[in-house]
Amino acid sequence: MQSLGISVLFKGMNMQRLLEGLLVTARIAFFSIIIGSLLGIALGVIWTSKSKWIRLICRIYLELFRIIPILVWLFIMYFGVTTALNIDLSGEVVSVIVFSLWGAAEMGDIVRGALESLPKHQVESGKAIGLGFWDLYRYVLIPQAVRRMLPGAINLATRMIKTTSLVVLIGVIDVIKVGQQIIENSRIEVPTASFWVYGSVFILYFIICYPLSKISRKLENKWNG
Amino acid sequence: MKTNEVLLEIKGLHKRYDEIIALDDINLNINKGEVVVILGPSGCGKSTLLRCLNGLEKVHGGDIRYRGKSLVNNDVNWQEIRQHIGMVFQNYELFPHMTVIENIILGPAKVQKRDKSEVMEQAKQLLERVGLFDRKDSYPRQLSGGQRQRIAIVRALCMNPEIMLFDEVTAALDPEMVREVLDVILGLAKQGMTMVIVTHEMSFARAVADKIVFLDKGRICEISEPNEFFTNPKTERAQQFLNIFQY
Repeated sequence: MQSLGISVLFKGMNMQRLLEGLLVTARIAFFSIIIGSLLGIALGVIWTSKSKWIRLICRIYLELFRIIPILVWLFIMYFGVTTALNIDLSGEVVSVIVFSLWGAAEMGDIVRGALESLPKHQVESGKAIGLGFWDLYRYVLIPQAVRRMLPGAINLATRMIKTTSLVVLIGVIDVIKVGQQIIENSRIEVPTASFWVYGSVFILYFIICYPLSKISRKLENKWNG
Repeated sequence: MKTNEVLLEIKGLHKRYDEIIALDDINLNINKGEVVVILGPSGCGKSTLLRCLNGLEKVHGGDIRYRGKSLVNNDVNWQEIRQHIGMVFQNYELFPHMTVIENIILGPAKVQKRDKSEVMEQAKQLLERVGLFDRKDSYPRQLSGGQRQRIAIVRALCMNPEIMLFDEVTAALDPEMVREVLDVILGLAKQGMTMVIVTHEMSFARAVADKIVFLDKGRICEISEPNEFFTNPKTERAQQFLNIFQY
């Protein structure tokens, strides 16, 4: 009897392998988002500096990541920088580095925008009760900026998760790569394998990204309520 | 309430924005317990003068001394000075993400590192005084403009400042809410708080002031007792200004 296409997902270790691949994807995305956000907040605060030069440097940094495709960044880091500096980094580490740097650039821009959108008198009334630079940011500006930048930040996080699919090209075995391997192995017995495998990859990405937008909507409602 | 002890001494103060002169040769002493009201047409530099006293504007000449200590050097510790010179602004400037009580205790707790229960006790007393203790857990957006301004005053008072600066605190309020805010300020005056007030409320100015300072085009035109200023101003410019307020 011709087996059903969907059975390819449960053959052997296939499901477990897919989930392991998903774990790699999730790990890269998780660390990149955390590191990128922290660096991005710092960058965003620096970016609001009055110095023309500091602003210019921040701008150039952002544009470097906007103009040059992430794939090229992955290649430069994985094949270029590692050989030039004669260091050995795994594809996964390189991915985290590149995605963190990219996340920091975009996040910095979001944070800058949010900080600059805050009314000037928030800064002044903070100063007027004697808050210093750090306390002003910590207690007054960042908490308000976070509320404003949330939609943009969540959008960035989901974009980062989705873009991790590029790491296949520097040899990281993520959920998509595992999917390809399964499809190739079972092309003969299960001609519809790609439908089922990519279909489940689709669902797996959805499972990671959906809670993010759900959480962001919850928080927005709570803060606006 | 006015004493002879000089708290703030302004000498030959000069301030400009690029080419425009905002303040020119301002000389003014503010004594402990004194209520100084600054009047003048829009753009005359009233707010700028107030902001210079709190380090929110850079000064380009002259000197400001607080208890003999100059405030125009680069090494002034404004964080320290601002604990003694409180300021309330025109805009509702409470922090919108914090409740009323959080707004009030932020400065005392984080800047002055005071004991929380002691600060809470003081906050409670101040809130009761302005009749808003029952709103202590509200967010600013749940309050009216007048209530927000009263909270802003409490927030500044909770730092135990020696001088309070009020920058047109009722200018953005609905007319029926002006009174409740002015009453709070009047109460402070009766308690002997040293205050510098910029306002457009003429009858309030007359009631609260020990001294009226009339500013025009960045210069002090005259300094008078309130009754004298309103009935018999020394300068023609002041007379013109007062005429605007009479129909």
